[in-house]
Amino acid sequence: MGEELQVGFVGNPNCGKTTLFNAYTGARLKVANWPGVTVEKKEGAMKYHDHVFKLVDLPGIYSLTSYTMEEKLTRQYILESDVDVIIDVADASALERNLYLTLQLIELGKPVILALNMMDIVEERGMEIDMHRLPEMLGIPVIPVSARRRTGLDILMHAVAHHKDKRKDNNLEHHHPEKEASRHRHEHHEEYTVVYNDEIEDKIDAIILRLRSEGKIKSKNYRWYAIKLLEMDEEITAECGLDFSDIIDRSYESDIINQKYDFIEEIVEECLVNKNKKAEATDKIDKWLTGNVTGIPCFLLIMAVVFFFTFTIGDWLKGYFEAALDQVNAAVSGGLEALGAGEMLRSLIVDGIISGVGGVLTFLPNIFILFLALALLEDSGYMSRVAYVMDSLMGKLGLSGRAFIPMILGFGCTVPAVMASRALEDPKDRRRTVLVTPFMSCSARLPVYVLFADMFFGRAAMPVAFSMYVIGMAVAVLVAFLLHKADHSGGMNPLLIELPEYKTPNARTIAIYVWDKVKDYLTKAGTTIFVASIFIWFLLNFGMQGMTQDMSESFGAAIGRVLAPLLAPAGLGMWQIALALISGLAAKEVVVSSFAVLFGIANINSPEGMAGLTGILSGYGFGALNAYSLMIFCLLYVPCIATLAMIHRELKSWKWTGVSIVLQLGCAWLVSTLVFQIGSLFL
Amino acid sequence: MMLRDGEKGKGYRVVDVSLGRAAKIRLEALGMTNGTTVLIMNKKHNGSMVVKVRGTRFAFGAGITGAVAVEEKGES
Repeated sequence: MGEELQVGFVGNPNCGKTTLFNAYTGARLKVANWPGVTVEKKEGAMKYHDHVFKLVDLPGIYSLTSYTMEEKLTRQYILESDVDVIIDVADASALERNLYLTLQLIELGKPVILALNMMDIVEERGMEIDMHRLPEMLGIPVIPVSARRRTGLDILMHAVAHHKDKRKDNNLEHHHPEKEASRHRHEHHEEYTVVYNDEIEDKIDAIILRLRSEGKIKSKNYRWYAIKLLEMDEEITAECGLDFSDIIDRSYESDIINQKYDFIEEIVEECLVNKNKKAEATDKIDKWLTGNVTGIPCFLLIMAVVFFFTFTIGDWLKGYFEAALDQVNAAVSGGLEALGAGEMLRSLIVDGIISGVGGVLTFLPNIFILFLALALLEDSGYMSRVAYVMDSLMGKLGLSGRAFIPMILGFGCTVPAVMASRALEDPKDRRRTVLVTPFMSCSARLPVYVLFADMFFGRAAMPVAFSMYVIGMAVAVLVAFLLHKADHSGGMNPLLIELPEYKTPNARTIAIYVWDKVKDYLTKAGTTIFVASIFIWFLLNFGMQGMTQDMSESFGAAIGRVLAPLLAPAGLGMWQIALALISGLAAKEVVVSSFAVLFGIANINSPEGMAGLTGILSGYGFGALNAYSLMIFCLLYVPCIATLAMIHRELKSWKWTGVSIVLQLGCAWLVSTLVFQIGSLFL
Repeated sequence: MMLRDGEKGKGYRVVDVSLGRAAKIRLEALGMTNGTTVLIMNKKHNGSMVVKVRGTRFAFGAGITGAVAVEEKGES
């Protein structure tokens, strides 16, 4: 068996890096966070002949400066970990921009292999890349691949196995016609991929000399340190702790970037044939999707289609799930009776676990379709357009158009949506986005709407459920606007986002993304909801006198009764509802399973179950208006403990986490009370 | 002139970026160096734009388009 190699995947956002990574590792991933931060780090392993490769997918970045968290982490990982080979994934159809990161990676001094991805698109457009000249100019192996068509994958790993020891290749060949007079030409052009002008090269030499004599840095890559010092990189300057003020009179960062791009222009000139030959389809599609008049209607139409499918196809599939659940319920109940199980155990399993966990599982089809739609929008390249389309509207709220992406992702799950707000640079922008994102109705709230809309609104169920999404968005917009006014932070709109080429979504990428979410949902059903169901069952079946047949004497009833008066103005003044809402803090689906357990309904989502529950609730005077008020309360109050934990992690402040909780509870109470009170006047 | 005053469909050459250091470096790392051609693909009233720089499309908010000084390129 050969040795284990650590291979790092680095690349620009949207370069197909994750698709390539997935092509090697499949869904067998270990997703972890970097210690102390919430930037995702994915690891997978693969065997290649005698070697075991440990693959690490690093965050998508444009450069290796230290201005963003992702860039800092990637740089740190390359410098400090035992990475053996770096695969730099570049979008060959946008070679010019992608090569900038490549040049920076080469300067770090570890073995780099350039994987030219999306070669199929390059060919489609009638472009050609000189695969002989490109590696010559860069001094590193260049392997054409297509992650989508899964071509070139073996050759790339072959290159990894062979390139691991080569710190330097001697096949650099440059001609710099106008730079013939350079003093550094002979020694440097053979050694380094990027050679700067004389002024900078002189300074690099002088700095290296001093770094060597002082011997303060651990790394042998003095040239990289010298370049970073010239860029006045804060981290590196602090690490060196030497005074270079006689050499470094100003920041040379812009000069260094400019000269790298000069070199890239040389490369593109020599290696790229038939640039921009074909008119690109993306421009034609963008005429509609980002057009000033058509952009917003297109967006609304797309979202309407997404929700239409979520509800119609989701509901159709759900029918089968319910039928299956009914059978399981009957079989288990019968089985337990045949085995002579005690009444308490039977009640725990049938009333507690099966109705709780099972009830939540029947919503899996709706959730599956919603995540599938979000994955398609993201992978096709449309999601970042939304930032531009919504930019004017968001600008009026004092937010960048980019803040709309976390909000849209909030329709899926609030936890990653809050995490996605990290893409916003301005801390105030980020805080406001984190505060309003939980109002976007996540998929866990869907079961509550589906159940109550079906029960109380019959044919109007779909528009009623859809209205929750609209109300959620309206509250988010209003709160964002008020926070903006309170903040007095006028100023500029810093929107900056790449609009990638449209592409046919990749089935594998979509499958992995959706499976990931479905797995999360199933895990949640198996853990959080399982435990919550048992806990609720316990609260309802035990009281001061031990196990009780009368639920109204249980612990749960006692807790619910304390809170019920507070909820009365919203038409929710029943101890059962108060208790269901508290249990919903574990996860919103638990509200549904709690209703099932609280009212002893076996298959709450079936027509019989619903009819049963409607009957019981009507007995308490709970009608359509109360149901609507309950849906609004569920829409707006604290989504779940996991969201709160993520908000705290992102804002790093107990104060703002507290503000967020108060804001959510306040809005939920206020809006549901308003709706109930005003509605009562008319109904 | 500033990029935000540019016309849709025309190309402009970057002359200067007057933003804070971090934002300026970010733009430069994306290829918006002095002398680079920026093609305006779409433009909104509030100054937001879709532009093409070195073959890549970006959406820029008014805060950026109002801070990038450009000159007309003549042909596009």
